[in-house]
Amino acid sequence: MTDYPQILFKNRRPDETVFIDDFRKTGGYSGLEKAIREMTPQEVRETVKRSGLRGRGGAGFSTGLKWSFFPVDQPGEKYLVCNCDEMEPGTYKDRQLLSADPHQLIEGVILSAWALQATEAYIFIRYAYEQEARHLERAIAEARAAGYLGENILGSGWGLRIHVHRSAGRYILGEETALLNGIEGVRPNPRRKPPFPAVRGLWGRPTTINNVETLANIPHIITGGADWFKCLARSPEGAGTKLFGLSGHLNRTECFELPVGISLREVIFEVGGGIRGGKPFKACLPGGASTPYLTGEHLDVAMDFDSIAAVGSRFGTAGVTAFDADTCMVAVTLNLIRFFARESCGWCTPCRDGLSYVQWLLEELEEGRGGKEQIELLEHQRRNITGRAFCALAEGAMGPLDGLLRLFRDELEDHVRKGRCPFRA
Amino acid sequence: MNKLLSQSELDTFRAKAAASAHPRELIVDLLRAIQDHHGWVPDEGIELAAEILGLSPLQIEEIATFYDKIFRQPVGRKVIHVCDSICCWATGSEEVAGYLRRKLGIDFGETTADGAFTLLPTCCLGACGDAPAMMIGLTLYGRLTPEKIDAALEKEKSRSQESGVGSQGKTS
Ligand SMILES: Cc1cc2nc3c(=O)[nH]c(=O)nc-3n(C[C@H](O)[C@H](O)[C@H](O)COP(=O)(O)O)c2cc1C
Ligand code: SF4
Ligand code: FES
Repeated sequence: MTDYPQILFKNRRPDETVFIDDFRKTGGYSGLEKAIREMTPQEVRETVKRSGLRGRGGAGFSTGLKWSFFPVDQPGEKYLVCNCDEMEPGTYKDRQLLSADPHQLIEGVILSAWALQATEAYIFIRYAYEQEARHLERAIAEARAAGYLGENILGSGWGLRIHVHRSAGRYILGEETALLNGIEGVRPNPRRKPPFPAVRGLWGRPTTINNVETLANIPHIITGGADWFKCLARSPEGAGTKLFGLSGHLNRTECFELPVGISLREVIFEVGGGIRGGKPFKACLPGGASTPYLTGEHLDVAMDFDSIAAVGSRFGTAGVTAFDADTCMVAVTLNLIRFFARESCGWCTPCRDGLSYVQWLLEELEEGRGGKEQIELLEHQRRNITGRAFCALAEGAMGPLDGLLRLFRDELEDHVRKGRCPFRA
Repeated sequence: MNKLLSQSELDTFRAKAAASAHPRELIVDLLRAIQDHHGWVPDEGIELAAEILGLSPLQIEEIATFYDKIFRQPVGRKVIHVCDSICCWATGSEEVAGYLRRKLGIDFGETTADGAFTLLPTCCLGACGDAPAMMIGLTLYGRLTPEKIDAALEKEKSRSQESGVGSQGKTS
C-alpha cells in the first residue's frame, strides 16, 4: 500500500493512546502557541477560510465561512460545541481519532474557541464512547495543568473551560440543534432554523458547532499554513486529508487517513484490499448511511465533496461500506431505512409516518409480496419526503432509497417478477 | 431495595445544581447515575431527579423516555446491546443475535431467569470496522464469533457478580 501523508494519525499506535508528553514531542500545542503569540483571532479565521477546510461532520460546509457568521465581538457568553455523537452507521472515524490522540481535539477546541472568542466549550459525546470520554477528561486535566486551559491561557488574558457532556443514545442528537437541546436538558427534537445557532444557540447565546475531525485539523492548518493544507488533497476541488472508515465486505475494515480526492478504486481495491473472498464489488455507501450508493461505474470518481456530488451522491463522513455481488440491495436499503425509521424523533409527519411506510413497502418487496405498484409508491414517497421534513434526518434516509431506485431498479423488478428475493436460496 | 444514589453523589449533584445557572443541563448525568446504582430508573428516581433540579417529574420523564440507553423498566445486571445496523448486518449480526438468543434462552427484550442479562437490539455502536459488534454494559466487543461471545459472557458474568446490581456504568 502507498504511503499516505499522516497528519491526524501521525501519533497513532496499535492499541495505545498518546497523552500530553508524547503529544508535545511531536509538535502538539505549537499551533495554539503560534496562534496566540503571533496571530490575531481574525488572522486565524482567515487562514482557516483560505485553507478550504470543509466540515467533516457530513454536510461539508466550509468551516471558514461558518465561522465568519459568528458574532466574535458580541459581549457576553459565546459557545463552541464539538459534535462527537457519531451515530451514523458506517462512521467511526472520530472515535479512532480520540482513542489515538485525544489532545489533538483539545488543542483544536482551544485554538478554535480563541479564534471565535468563545467563552466556554462543550464536547458532546455519545453513550457508547465511554472509554474515549474518560481519555478526554484526562487530556483536559493535563492541558489545564500545563497552562493551556483555564484562566489567562499562555498569558493572553483570555480563558476557557471545556465541559464533557455525555449522551444516552439516539442518532438525532447528532443534528446540531437537537444536540443543543440535549445539552440544555430539554427534549432533543431539532429546533427551527433560522435563527441559526450562530445567532441564537446554547441558552439563546451565539454558538458554533463543529465535528471532532474538523476541529482536530485546525492546529495543523495554523502550523502548516493554508496552502500546505490545500495541497494535501489530490484533486483541485479538495483540501486536506480525510479519515476514511472502511467497513462491510472489504478485506481490510479499518480507519485510514487518506488524501481528499483519492479515487474510489484506490480506496476499495488498494487500501481496503478488495472484496472478501475475491468476489466482485457491487456497490458502496461512500460516506455513511445517508449517502446514495456508488457502483462499479463510479470507481474513478475523486473522493471529494464536489466530485461525488456530481455523480449523484455525497462524500458525507467518508465512512465507506462496501457490498459484494451476492448482496441484495433491496435488503441493504431496508436495513438502512429501518435504522432511520427507528431513530426518527417523531416530531414531523413526513418522517415519522413516511419512513415507516417506506420500510413497510420495502419489506413487502423483499418478502416477495410486492407488485409494480409498490415500486411506484416508493418513488412517490421519495418525492414526498425529500425537502418536506423538518430536519435532515428524513432527507438523509432518502439517500439510499434514491440510490436503489436509480441504480438498482432491475433488482426491485426482479423481486416482483420472481415473487421472492432472488438472492436468497 | 438498592439505593438510588450514594450520599456523596447526592451531595455532589445538589451542590452542582445549586451552583449552575442551568441545572437542567444535569438531567442526563443524574439519570445515568441513578441507573448506575439501581440498575434502572424507577418512578422514585424520576421524582428524586425532579426534586434535585427543581423541575416537575414530567419534565424529567420526557427526557428519560427519549434516550434508548435509559431504562424505565427493570433489566438484568448487564444489558447486552447487539448492533443491527448496516455494517454489522452485512457481516453476520443476524447469526450473532441468533446465537445469543439460543445460548441465553431468551428473545430480544427479555431477561435471563438468573437476572444476569437482558438482550436488546441497538443502532450502530461506532465499531463498524470491527463488525459484527455488541456492547455489554459499557464495554464494546467486536469481530464477534461464537467463541468470542462465549468468552465475553463468562467475563461479564463474573464481573457483575463482583459488583452486584446496577453495574451498567462500570467498564472495568
Ligand atoms: C440526523 C443527523 C445526525 C448527525 N450526526 C452528526 C454526528 O454524529 N456528528 C457530526 O459531527 N455531525 C452530525 N450531523 C451534522 C451536524 O448537524 C452538523 O452539520 C455538524 O456537526 C457540523 O460540523 P462541521 O461543520 O464541522 O461538519 C448530523 C446531522 C443530522 C441531520
Ligand atoms: S425529520 Fe424526523 S428526525 Fe427530523 S424533526 Fe422530523 S421527525 Fe424528527
Ligand atoms: S454498524 Fe454495527 S457498529 Fe456500526
